[in-house]
Amino acid sequence: MADIKDLEKAAREGKLDRREFIKRAGALGLAAPFAATLLSQSVQAAMPKKGGKFVQGTAHGSTTDNLDPATNENGFSQNVVFTYSNHLFEVDNTGQLVPELAESFEASKDAKTWVFRLRKGVEFHNGKSLTADDVLASLNHHRGEDSQSAVKALLTPVESIKKTGSHEVTVKLNAGNADFPFLMSDYHFAILPEFNGEMDWQSGFGTGGYIIEKFEPGVRATFKRNPNYFKSGRAHFDEVETISLIDTTARQNAIMNQEVHAIGRVDPKTVHLLSRNPSLKILETTGTLHYTFPMRVDAPPFDNYDLRMAVKLSVDREQLVKKILLGHGAMGNDHPISSSQPFHNGEMPQRMYDPDKAKHHLKKSGFEGALDLSTSEAAFSGAVDAALLIKDSAAKAGLNVNVVREPKDGYWSNVWNKKPWCACYWGGRPTVDWMYSSAYVNDSEWNDTNWRTGAAADRFNKLVIEARSELDNEKRRAMYYETQQILSDDGGALIPMFANYIHAVSKKIGHDEQVAGNWEFDGNKNVERWWFA
Amino acid sequence: MHPVIRTILQRLGLGLVTLFVVSLILFSSIEFLPGDFGEAVLGQAALPETVEAFRKELGLHLPMHERYFDWLGGILTGDMGNSFSGRGSSGGQDRSRPVIELLAPRLANTLFLASMAAIISVPLALFLGITAALYRNTIYDRTVNALTLTTISFPEFFVAYLLILGLSSFTKIFPSLANIDPDAVFWERVYLTALPALTLTLVIVAHMMRMTRAAIINLMASPYIEMADLKGASKSEIILRHALPNAWAPIVTVIAFNLAYLVVGVVVVEVVFVYPGVGQLMVDAVTTRDVPVVQGCAMIFAATYILLNLFADIISIITNPRLLHPR
Amino acid sequence: MNNDDDMTPGKPADLADQGYSAAGEVVLIKARRTFLENILRGLKSAPPTALFGLTVITIYIFFALFAPLLAPHGEAEIFDLSYAPWGEEFMFGTDQLGRDILSRLIYGARNTVGIAFVTTLFAFVIGGGLGITAAINNNGWLDNLLSRSVDVLMAIPSLIFALILLSMFGANTLNLIIIIAILDSTRVFRIARAVSLNVVVMDYVEAAKLRGEKLFWILYREILPNIMPPLVAEFGLRFCFVFLTIAALSFLGVGIQPPTADWGSMVRETAGLIQFAEYDLTAAMTPMLPAAAIALLTVAVNFVVDWFLHKSSGLKD
Repeated sequence: MADIKDLEKAAREGKLDRREFIKRAGALGLAAPFAATLLSQSVQAAMPKKGGKFVQGTAHGSTTDNLDPATNENGFSQNVVFTYSNHLFEVDNTGQLVPELAESFEASKDAKTWVFRLRKGVEFHNGKSLTADDVLASLNHHRGEDSQSAVKALLTPVESIKKTGSHEVTVKLNAGNADFPFLMSDYHFAILPEFNGEMDWQSGFGTGGYIIEKFEPGVRATFKRNPNYFKSGRAHFDEVETISLIDTTARQNAIMNQEVHAIGRVDPKTVHLLSRNPSLKILETTGTLHYTFPMRVDAPPFDNYDLRMAVKLSVDREQLVKKILLGHGAMGNDHPISSSQPFHNGEMPQRMYDPDKAKHHLKKSGFEGALDLSTSEAAFSGAVDAALLIKDSAAKAGLNVNVVREPKDGYWSNVWNKKPWCACYWGGRPTVDWMYSSAYVNDSEWNDTNWRTGAAADRFNKLVIEARSELDNEKRRAMYYETQQILSDDGGALIPMFANYIHAVSKKIGHDEQVAGNWEFDGNKNVERWWFA
Repeated sequence: MHPVIRTILQRLGLGLVTLFVVSLILFSSIEFLPGDFGEAVLGQAALPETVEAFRKELGLHLPMHERYFDWLGGILTGDMGNSFSGRGSSGGQDRSRPVIELLAPRLANTLFLASMAAIISVPLALFLGITAALYRNTIYDRTVNALTLTTISFPEFFVAYLLILGLSSFTKIFPSLANIDPDAVFWERVYLTALPALTLTLVIVAHMMRMTRAAIINLMASPYIEMADLKGASKSEIILRHALPNAWAPIVTVIAFNLAYLVVGVVVVEVVFVYPGVGQLMVDAVTTRDVPVVQGCAMIFAATYILLNLFADIISIITNPRLLHPR
Repeated sequence: MNNDDDMTPGKPADLADQGYSAAGEVVLIKARRTFLENILRGLKSAPPTALFGLTVITIYIFFALFAPLLAPHGEAEIFDLSYAPWGEEFMFGTDQLGRDILSRLIYGARNTVGIAFVTTLFAFVIGGGLGITAAINNNGWLDNLLSRSVDVLMAIPSLIFALILLSMFGANTLNLIIIIAILDSTRVFRIARAVSLNVVVMDYVEAAKLRGEKLFWILYREILPNIMPPLVAEFGLRFCFVFLTIAALSFLGVGIQPPTADWGSMVRETAGLIQFAEYDLTAAMTPMLPAAAIALLTVAVNFVVDWFLHKSSGLKD
């Protein structure tokens, strides 16, 4: 009964216009079982209760944070952005892309021209109505010579963004990209009101389910419910407080003492103890977060294929997953595509610890001496311990590794992308192409392995560009499978493990059975998705 | 001129010079740290051209001495400058973030916590120190000594975790989070700050208590104390009326040192209790190379240190007639 | 501190024979008892707290010297089982990587005490030496320069300054020792200078100067012995503060290079377990072990310091 009622409701609110979306999206090989999503959404929408004050603690936040989405690089500001603002598209709790502020969209056959039609009647918190001008200003905020945006690189292929109607925006790309709407779901591309031709992030007005009441950088942000929110069945809490709780023990104490309702980044080492607390449950999501140890292939001895292979074979991945993640994760196969992603190459055998084979490759490489491995807790929690485990297992394969702990401070500017071999992490990238473009293609600044030339790299780059505008799913799959194989064999990245996001959530909180894994906290959309049960 | 006033003026003058040198040292230290604001904020996502855009907007492309004198000129006219984490005005909007706005509320919090801890710890340390001197070499003396030495030798964060376990997790007397709201009323603040203040008390009481005890015992061999003893004065009378007045100078010096620590050195406690104080602000500012904020915090810290020391010296002079009335 | 109960000045006959020399006088008294006799005499009169302190310190030194022989496993040796419970094979269990905690505690004695001792010694040599020099040069240009520089250094929050310096020069053990020593030496400087000021104006120092003794001789023979008590008291506390500074730095992400075991970092690594005391008491005890190791040493060192202070104060009770 509830299903029918909700479907009716959805139809009343124009939700079913999304059929248009399914049709077109299907043609591009993007999203698929949208109807199923819609159905599950409406089933759950029957249960949530409204009201209450939700308090959550994130492991991030700094006193230098601000509301500029162009530089929102930590988990605290990501969660804030998703709480008070919306994007053109949203990755839902099942990992599917659904339109958010866009109502529908169209792409040209070559996937070069994209037309986005905006939802009508959406209001910002200051009462201003959403129009194409706001989208224009919001996207242009990340472009241009003086842009300080972290996602400037994502928009370099954009030739022009034009207003083609009061509620229509047309984007032209210089090369086809079938995943372009996916990019628009990135947290940086928040749609905020336009003011004198520029995006106004300063005032803190968004279209989201919650209105910012207080924003104290490095401490907390408080919100109250937006009574005019355009989505129904979302944003159930009356009030929300997001606190920055950097210290792991403080964070875990806060949830154990029931001072907060949810925390992120639970220490995998103590999950089993934390879970014994009767007031909370552990919520774990498998996503795309992975820990890497990039070797820069232009820095000897890492320019040698056999040495790289020796390193990859002398790492005990099982041990790493067991001791660093305490089983809360999975082994990696030296490529960045998670098994939860549709184009994951599952036919490739898992690379295992093989000291004998490693010795063989080491001998072939002719390398003698010790390798320096730079590491820091800044890379990921447990990075120093992980490096020590690598040192231990490599020693048994005859390979000497020196673990160098670098200061946390300035790790990303002094060590990562500079030192020949270091610890690193990569967070959620919902599509294969996006991940490759971030860190593996030859023209990316963030190519932390500097793997840009050579026969294998050339083949890899050629395939990535072809796949980007390939609309046939099967052809695309074949290309992506091959790229994963090339990367795993020849590439410079040692990718031993994928980590789960682990949260502790009060038993008073209700949420959908399935929780998004693209970011922590239900894709950082938990504030509008969760409720008090 | 009265020697007290002369000392004050002299020391204030020297204090200004100290502030100047401190600002110079910190400015150049941050300068020599690798990386700048743009790189630090964007982290893994930094591109050469976005970092360059930050440099241009923040004026980081100017030579170092020009930026320093710019800052110095500002501070001399009472302007602490703007945090790098604000932005240049744009589209007719003022997006700047004055350092003073970041600093003022946090300084109020820091001073509040420091006062709370001082109000508990200073009388406690004096009481323990005096009684320990009074009953020196008894079980009481040794127990007090061993206990305070134990608390002082635990790392601060560990003392904090122990207190949270005892007073928050098991007994639910105090909250484990002290993230006070700017609008919180006085008693709510006191309640929320209780655990951090207790932690700091445990951390600093030993130092002050031991110095009180040592300073008094040091005087016990003086002829005038022996005289009082022969006169038949009671032990407590000797300590309170004869020894203590002459022991103030070293005691006050140590108290001043510890009070300065309460203001300046509590970043670890701030992190554990999520207390929005200046220490965390300064660490964050150093991490992101937000020079104006680092400088602002450093000036506050250095001034606190200088003033508290001056205060201690004045007390030393006042309590010592030979210094108060020099020949 | 030539005030030991029965130390009497040399006989007049000696003076007449040899002509007076201060060095000669010192030798004369020292020669009467052997070194060992002196120690045994001292120990007999020591209060129980001091004996306790000395015993603890001796045990620590023993463990520090013979760590590789005493520890059942290697400092960095990784076993398959992480977080093993307390028991036969691993007395205090294993840590997050599967390293034996008992072995790390024993190696920790060597690393932690060694580093703390070297750092404190360094701080006292720099701070004490400069402090006394400044006092001798009372109000001269050198005194002013040193005193003002120290004022400046002390006005900068030391933990944050250490963080900046370690980020700048790299967080290896040598830099850690040098940076903490220099920052700590400012405190030592202040004390050394203050107490020396009272001593340098004494008649016997004047006399030594008039005799034409060299500066170093005056510093070592006349001033140092008379300012020892407050310096030793400070040494007792400073020594322990070094552990805490290292622990605080490791809390902020810099510290001793892994896999070196040091107690401060060990507390840091396992401190989180304390909050689960309700569910797993022995696990919650894990951070208590290194913390207790630090605390015990602090108490022991300061008990010995107290005894020394008491002896040198001349008080009889």
